[in-house]
Amino acid sequence: MFSLLRSMWLVFLHMFHKRETYQYPEEKAPLPARWRGRIALTRDPDGGERCVGCYLCAAACPVDCISLQATEDEHGRRYPEFFRINFSRCIFCGFCEEACPTYAIQLLPDFEMAEYNRQNLVYEKENLLINSQGKYPGYNYYKVAGMAIGGKDKGEAEREEPPVDIKSLLP
Amino acid sequence: MSAGHHWLVIGGVLFVLLNTAAGLIWLERRMLALWQDRYGPNRAGPFGILVVLADTLKLFFKEDWIPPFADKVVFVFAPAVVVASVLLSFTVIPFAPNVLVADFNVGLLFFLAMSSMGVYSIVLGGWASNNKYALLGAMRGASQMISYEVFMGLSVMGVVILSGSFNLREIVEAQKSGWYILPQIVGFFIFLIAGIAETHRLPFDIPEAESELVAGFHSEYSGMKFGMFFIGEYMGITLISAMVVTLYFGGWLGPAFLPPVIWFVLKTFAFIMLFILLRASMPRPRYDQLMEYGWKILFPLSLVNLLITAAIKLML
Amino acid sequence: MGVTFYIAAAIAVLSTIMVLTRFNIMHALLWLVVSLLSVAVIFYLYGAPFMASLEIIVYAGAIMVLIIFFVMMLNLGPEMYRQEKQWLKPSLWLFPAVFCVILLGELVYLIAQNRTPATGIKVVEAKAVGLSLYGPYLLAVELSAMLLMAGIVGAYHLGRQKKKTVHRFLESNVS
Repeated sequence: MFSLLRSMWLVFLHMFHKRETYQYPEEKAPLPARWRGRIALTRDPDGGERCVGCYLCAAACPVDCISLQATEDEHGRRYPEFFRINFSRCIFCGFCEEACPTYAIQLLPDFEMAEYNRQNLVYEKENLLINSQGKYPGYNYYKVAGMAIGGKDKGEAEREEPPVDIKSLLP
Repeated sequence: MSAGHHWLVIGGVLFVLLNTAAGLIWLERRMLALWQDRYGPNRAGPFGILVVLADTLKLFFKEDWIPPFADKVVFVFAPAVVVASVLLSFTVIPFAPNVLVADFNVGLLFFLAMSSMGVYSIVLGGWASNNKYALLGAMRGASQMISYEVFMGLSVMGVVILSGSFNLREIVEAQKSGWYILPQIVGFFIFLIAGIAETHRLPFDIPEAESELVAGFHSEYSGMKFGMFFIGEYMGITLISAMVVTLYFGGWLGPAFLPPVIWFVLKTFAFIMLFILLRASMPRPRYDQLMEYGWKILFPLSLVNLLITAAIKLML
Repeated sequence: MGVTFYIAAAIAVLSTIMVLTRFNIMHALLWLVVSLLSVAVIFYLYGAPFMASLEIIVYAGAIMVLIIFFVMMLNLGPEMYRQEKQWLKPSLWLFPAVFCVILLGELVYLIAQNRTPATGIKVVEAKAVGLSLYGPYLLAVELSAMLLMAGIVGAYHLGRQKKKTVHRFLESNVS
């Protein structure tokens, strides 16, 4: 009986405590930098697309909301021909970000994506690409990958030794 | 009391009551928010008071759905019972010396009768929904309300013994020498607890316990039919608060610097706040605990209270 | 007064007829509640407000709710209907029906006898009811109290739970 009265009194005292609410449209809640919100495709430091169209994000996606088609340009550099994320199905789990080998797909601290029309939630590549390197500034996949690509032969990447000629016996 | 004055009182009581019931939606949400460190509805209108309007409009425009498996007549009839019985109870409550609808000489019994009629809305609503959660809710509601009604009546009898009348106006007038809260403190607590159980408000909202039985007896209700249950509950709170004030806190009596009606309303609102505070702070007891608490503690206690009151009254 | 009485009486008679003719027992019970309420109105009109309130509180409010409560739990359906039809043989209802007809005849006869209308309604206050209950009718009150006591003891005996010493999963199924 006493504990009931005590809890009633304590709850009553909450009247004079500070409110915890964020008055949302005027006052935004501070989102942490690693908040899993809107998905974006980031770019290299030199402005090229990071995505190499490996389909790992589409494979990792538990709700199958990512679809893309890989293609190659004249230098042999892979990029997605189209890249489509259906945000009406996306659950913002971040698995695509974890799966991405080139840090191309990243989740940003932004959640204000409401639309009146469901179709408007299907984002195409031009909607997803942002002019930024996202969370990994300075990272350039093709600069560190051992793959030959236009303007860069094998062994010319950063921290890479020239390829070993396996047909030669010389050291 | 002239006929014109009488009609004015009836219209006024009806108007004030229905608006109070609607306003309580807002008040309860604001107060609950206040006690949970939130703001509550504060967007529509000043202090968010227009949320009542928005809620009501929403209820009116919702699809009025009667499940095909329900018993249609009873299903429609059930929500009307709760509102009608609570509104009828208000006819006997004296708001001020000459502001009361019916000066009924068995007013207190009429109140008890109407509150026992209110059980039907739960039982019938739950049964007519033809849904097992609704039926369970109805079952719990019926047994809870019948058992708490018993000692609600018994606890009130102490007041009747002291004042020697069933007429609520006379009961209030008998309190001029001193409010009955002092001699009848046990009766007051029993009446309050039984009243909470009778309106199935939150610590005792076992018929609709939403974490156990979807929404209890009104699982299948939508639109304005649900709204009737809702309004009935809020009017029930107002009714129990008004009854507590009338029986134990001297009704309209109070220092003369405020008119009697204001005193009555102020006291009633204090008890409505208590109801909301109870909702904010109390956990729901288990069902068998509730019945055990009722029959094994409150029932003997109210009998003892009655016995002692009668004995003292006889001796004096 | 007259008009109110006739309205209440008509509702009482009609709703009682509805009680008898409804197939759905739940609806029949609801009509019975209506009938009880209208009888309460008649009580009130003829100077027994205390009786009227008690009629609503006890009969309509408590007993009928309990009956509805139990009916609610029953699984009524066409199967039950067939079974009941089997039970209802003429040899079972013939004698009660004959007695009822005799009683009805007596009632009609008595009503026809007393042609003087009730005049000068005296309001019976709660105090008068109490005084007569604990005065001339003390024996009846005591007897009904004993009956209720027997009922309570019986209910307690039926509802008594055996004290469990082991967990319910461990005890054998033969009780």
